[in-house]
Amino acid sequence: MSFPWANVYTPKVPLMKWIDDRLPLPRLVYNAVGGGYPVPRNLNYFWNFGVLSGLALVIQIVTGIVMAMHFGANELVAFSSIEHAMRDVNAGWLMRYAHANGASFFFIVVYLHMFRGLYYGSYKPPREMVWLLGLVIFLLMMATAFMGYVLPWGQMSYWGAKVITGLFGAIPLVGEPIQTWLLGGFAPGNASLNRFFSLHYLLPFVIAGVIILHIWALHIPGSSNPTGVDVKGPQDTVPFHPYYTAKDGFGAGVFFILFALMVYFAPNFMGHPDNYIEANPLSTPAHIVPEWYFWPFYAILRAFTVDFWFIPAKLLGVLAMFASILLLFFLPWLDTSPVRSGNYRPMFKKFFWILVVDVLILGYCGGSPAEEPFVMISQVASAYYFAHFLIILPLISSFERPLPLPGSITEAVLGRSSIEGERTAPPGMGSDPQPQTAA
Amino acid sequence: MVRIGAFLVGLFFAGWLFVSFLIGAVAFVSDPPKPTVEHEFHLKPKDVSFSFEGPFGHYDKQQLQRGFQVYKEVCAACHSLKFVAFRDLEALGYSEAEVKAIAKGWSIKTPDVDPKTGEAAGREPVPADHFPLPFANKVAAAAANNNAIPPDLSLMTKARHDGTAYVYSLLTGYQSQEGYKNAKGEQLLKEFPDAKTPEGLHFNPYFANLNIAMTPPLTAEGQVTYGAGQPKPTVDQMAQDVAAFLTWTAEPKMESRKSAGVAVLLFLIIATVLAYMSYRSVWANVKH
Repeated sequence: MSFPWANVYTPKVPLMKWIDDRLPLPRLVYNAVGGGYPVPRNLNYFWNFGVLSGLALVIQIVTGIVMAMHFGANELVAFSSIEHAMRDVNAGWLMRYAHANGASFFFIVVYLHMFRGLYYGSYKPPREMVWLLGLVIFLLMMATAFMGYVLPWGQMSYWGAKVITGLFGAIPLVGEPIQTWLLGGFAPGNASLNRFFSLHYLLPFVIAGVIILHIWALHIPGSSNPTGVDVKGPQDTVPFHPYYTAKDGFGAGVFFILFALMVYFAPNFMGHPDNYIEANPLSTPAHIVPEWYFWPFYAILRAFTVDFWFIPAKLLGVLAMFASILLLFFLPWLDTSPVRSGNYRPMFKKFFWILVVDVLILGYCGGSPAEEPFVMISQVASAYYFAHFLIILPLISSFERPLPLPGSITEAVLGRSSIEGERTAPPGMGSDPQPQTAA
Repeated sequence: MVRIGAFLVGLFFAGWLFVSFLIGAVAFVSDPPKPTVEHEFHLKPKDVSFSFEGPFGHYDKQQLQRGFQVYKEVCAACHSLKFVAFRDLEALGYSEAEVKAIAKGWSIKTPDVDPKTGEAAGREPVPADHFPLPFANKVAAAAANNNAIPPDLSLMTKARHDGTAYVYSLLTGYQSQEGYKNAKGEQLLKEFPDAKTPEGLHFNPYFANLNIAMTPPLTAEGQVTYGAGQPKPTVDQMAQDVAAFLTWTAEPKMESRKSAGVAVLLFLIIATVLAYMSYRSVWANVKH
């Protein structure tokens, strides 16, 4: 696909040749995630999070399929069927805790993946489609996670479903019919639980499909890199396998260690105690909060407290919350600086870190009760969020003076002086890397 | 075009948020929100330590048995334990025969039908049964308890923040509201004269709204008679024991979870070190 010097698949085993001649699947895999995909040699650890996101999806699908075997999608038994899995199913507690914490870890790695993209300008030409498809995956993830959280039919499940579907109720005229249609009733009930279960099982496979498109779109221009400078020749790249498979293996190990620490030693840390109380339509929890990964958006939703002319504050909050995600779809055309990497953009870099702190503050406010001073703080933080993407980024991309870029990836890695020698000996390309085990 | 539209949208959202902030800030300064009685006088759970804390923690089976005894003799009259089965009690160190006897001797019958007539009837529980509910339905539970339904206790320690300490603190936290002061030395009834505990409720600063319907369940030393060699059944001891027991009912697989976790972590750390070494060796001849 990407570069003319990419290794070409040559089957070593007759069976693989036989298959490859009839169905070039081995060739496809080799070119996608094997030795046939040349990748910039200078990727840092932030480039691990794409693979880790895929890994998190696999964990969710595997543990989720097992959970579905024991789950009763009915409001009368949903809660007790989960408790049954926790108590009487072999390793059921492990599957359940891995699935619940797996959702959080999925969001952790995806958020890091997205902030990597924001900092290094991975959304810029020619990778706009990669970014857009990534946002589609993110939206699908949010829907899937929300519906999954409803399934245990605890207090937060029930009231979360009520609040989130209630957002659609803020739409003028058609809002309430839409909410009723989404829930299959006037309040969350068996019909809602059943459809959420059905969709919660379906959407992960849709996500898997969009991931294929995401990787396909990525492999047209190839991966970006921390300098943001285009690949110029074979000396700039190494084959994905074994170089990045080895690095991703190490990254996966670190991911699994942190994941295991949470699952085995603090499995309820990221959950809410109220979800261990069965859903009760007659008793509203004191503070209804979504899971932590929705907190920044929840803070934006609640930041609008004043009606604007004829638009009620609630509708403004809903519009702003959706806008806060949708605006990311326009990012490639808002930030028009030709320099990709934040490393060479002094002003952009400062505002980027302000954004990171801003989103953390929004998250903290979103998880706090809707009272002062959290409302005032989230108003300022939300204002910055919108200003950052819609006003500041377009402006600084016009008048910022970027630092000088390195001439090439190899120059950035080796320094200008040593570049001549390196050019004659491209690393690891054209032949398999040296066997490392030989004494 | 995109940038002009974005600029206008951004100006609108940021501007209106700023206006909202100003309106809120003016209100906050001119009419500061009054502190609520819960905010000023609610207490976080007490600091209390248990054998099962930490990554290598284990349940103290003697303590769980004592806690079960407290549950059986004090709590079970009103509170169900519907996710726990009698057979689960073997994890507390009871033998199969003992579990059978506990089930058989349980004061509440398991609902069943008469095998001859098909009419509703109760029978003695067997180990396979879950703990039977003390009330036939929610209406009966509310009617017998001054309109407050006693919650199921199976998951109580996971359904509250810092649940084990919460249960212990709640059980030992009953006190007179008269003259009650917080850490700042403010007297509750002086600061909030309207917050007097209503008739039929009981003041307890560890309860979310300070007034709980449950009458103080553990009132006197020796309310439950512990077997020989066990600590003295003080209120504090009984509260700790039943809090430990309810931690087990909420998380019966905690011990296998933690021991599996230690093994998994050891494996993962070794695997990750190996993965790091192979990463370094693969990259050994490439500067990056």
